[in-house]
Amino acid sequence: MSEKTCEVTRRLAERFPNAGKENLLQMLQEIQREQGYLTDNDIRCVGRYLRMPVSRIYSIATFYNQFRFAPAGRYQVKVCRGTACHVMGSVTVLQELIKQLGIEPGQTTRNGQFSLEVAECMGACSLSPVIAINDVFFDKVTPERIRQIINEYRNRED
Amino acid sequence: MIFNIEVNNKEIKARKGETILEALERNGIKVPTLCHVEGFSPTGACRICVVEVEGKSALIPACSYPVEEWMKIKTHSPRVIKARKTIVEMLLSNLPDDCLYCERNGNCELQNLAIGLNVRERRFAGKKVSHKKDLSSTGMVRDPSKCILCGRCVRVCEEEVTVAAIDFIRRGSSMVIGTKYNHGFNNQSCISCGQCVMVCPTGALYERSRLADLQDALHNPAMHTVVHVSPTISVSLAEEFGIRAGKDLNGLIASALRKMGFDKVFDTSFAVDLYVLEMATELSRRLTDGVQLPMFSACCPAWVQYAEEFHPELLSRLTTTRSPQQLMGALLKGIYPQATGIPVENVFNVALMPCVAKKYEAQREEMIVDGTIHTDVVLTTRELASFIKLHGIDIQGIEPELADAPYHIRSSAAKLAGVSGGIAESLARTLHFILAGKELPELKISELRQNSSRREVFIPMGEHTIGLVAVSGMKEVSRLLDELRSGRKDIHFVEVMACPGGCVNGAGQHIGATDRDVKARVKSLYEYDDKEPVRVAHKNASVHEIFRKYLEFPMSEKACEMLHTRFANNSTAENGGGQ
Repeated sequence: MSEKTCEVTRRLAERFPNAGKENLLQMLQEIQREQGYLTDNDIRCVGRYLRMPVSRIYSIATFYNQFRFAPAGRYQVKVCRGTACHVMGSVTVLQELIKQLGIEPGQTTRNGQFSLEVAECMGACSLSPVIAINDVFFDKVTPERIRQIINEYRNRED
Repeated sequence: MIFNIEVNNKEIKARKGETILEALERNGIKVPTLCHVEGFSPTGACRICVVEVEGKSALIPACSYPVEEWMKIKTHSPRVIKARKTIVEMLLSNLPDDCLYCERNGNCELQNLAIGLNVRERRFAGKKVSHKKDLSSTGMVRDPSKCILCGRCVRVCEEEVTVAAIDFIRRGSSMVIGTKYNHGFNNQSCISCGQCVMVCPTGALYERSRLADLQDALHNPAMHTVVHVSPTISVSLAEEFGIRAGKDLNGLIASALRKMGFDKVFDTSFAVDLYVLEMATELSRRLTDGVQLPMFSACCPAWVQYAEEFHPELLSRLTTTRSPQQLMGALLKGIYPQATGIPVENVFNVALMPCVAKKYEAQREEMIVDGTIHTDVVLTTRELASFIKLHGIDIQGIEPELADAPYHIRSSAAKLAGVSGGIAESLARTLHFILAGKELPELKISELRQNSSRREVFIPMGEHTIGLVAVSGMKEVSRLLDELRSGRKDIHFVEVMACPGGCVNGAGQHIGATDRDVKARVKSLYEYDDKEPVRVAHKNASVHEIFRKYLEFPMSEKACEMLHTRFANNSTAENGGGQ
């Protein structure tokens, strides 16, 4: 057992003493809150700790959009793909973002600046189609507007 | 409780608690299924089994819906048939459309459904899913682009094999079936047992074929190609040719192999006798030395891999005797070149096995000695059948021939090895001879021939009472291991087979065999033992000759060096155990 493995398992045992399968999501959320994403090693440790097959943990973790498997970018771009946004053309918005950033949803650009995510509904249907970058909302976006926004963020100094 | 339900305007009997599908099947009414596997939890994922129930607005999946007393069911109404056809058309819409080139062409459940439902035009053109093939396993290939997400492999791996190496990844339209972290099979807790291949309805999972390599070797005049045939192949090959299940093609296989260009045809059953003799000697030594028992068999490579992955603490209890396939390899690459004067690098050793895991076993590190791989190519029963067809040989129209010396003689006990309990039965006969100095009074051990996933027998041998257990199917194995862990001490030998029922039901056999077909194969194997005069491994003349000429006696220093191996702790220790 490697040192890293021990560390994660030790922390899990501390935080969730008599954990069972029902605590799985809570555990994954906790790990993600702490380090921003889940590594293969974390999933392995949770599997061992709960005595569940690792493939099952991975299956459950990938089922939910909330879990990331790579570090998030400095700017987290979220695209709403809810019904209202879909009707208003969020597909083209998403395609434009994929083109501009060169990554698929769930990925992070190589320089660590942007990551792209898809949200089911962000609850801002009157502003559709809507995207959010680090919780700043941009309403009624078009592919053209996307190019402007991304360029603006790309050239930011912070 | 039994009550009547109405199906297609006729009354049939149904039992409370069973599903609609079970009631229909018992009454001989056929409803097509796809994601359903008998004995596993129903999921109702594919909806192909839908039926119309009066009073219900939606169609009802028969495989997962329990029968109720008031039900009036229509199994083939126009609405039902239209729904089924649409389902198949939608499943087909994002598949690669390469049936002609597919591994399962002609033996594909989806293809059969499409034919049965008269799908003759493409109404939906979906976006094709394209995924890379997973070629990382030595045993099987995974092609997710042909996967219809029925989940049969996932359920069999979890519920039957208890390994859970694969599962659904992501969800909705981007869902795939994959391994953990979506890596290759080889990086896994997968034990290469191949049960997933047996349940896959399409060509998404199949064995890794080595026919091209074999062709090269056969056509290379410098190569001396030898082949040995596993005990079960002779009773299972028939089905691949549409001949009745269990029909014995023993001599015909040897004859066909020679026609295809093999220089020598041997019988793996010979090595089974050698295996049993070595193992019985080893067990008798462990008994006298007071080594911790039980000793486990190690002829099933999927079991060996399971032990390595999940129970590394048991590895020292596995017999060190190589499996029959690898014993043949050791002899063919060790003794055979000396005896015949053919240089070892020119001997090309082919094993015909009912198994996918044997492909993996042949590539194991321990099986490569001094840079020589002992078994060059392993073919499954299915591959053998396609190879025979490729060469245009009419298997029923040729004359039977015998196997070649020196590895051709076998006892009838060796043939039993194809059934769960057979190795234990053969071992009991030989061990009794070693411990008590005489033959077992009744050679047939009916306790080891029951139709059950676990067979146990206790036999007095000299001053000991030896407990032998045969388990098949990994679910039963983990149950037995639990018993041993909680202190059970009356067992001396455990025979483990990963496939339910043993090698007759191996993952290299004909796909689509029913329980009755498998029973017919078993019956044919048992018939050998009823008919033949030499019924014990220690009376095998070929085995005696090997010892007289080269290896002195069982477990001699020479024999240990050539016929035994050690299993290292390879556990990736990643899994939370086999549940």
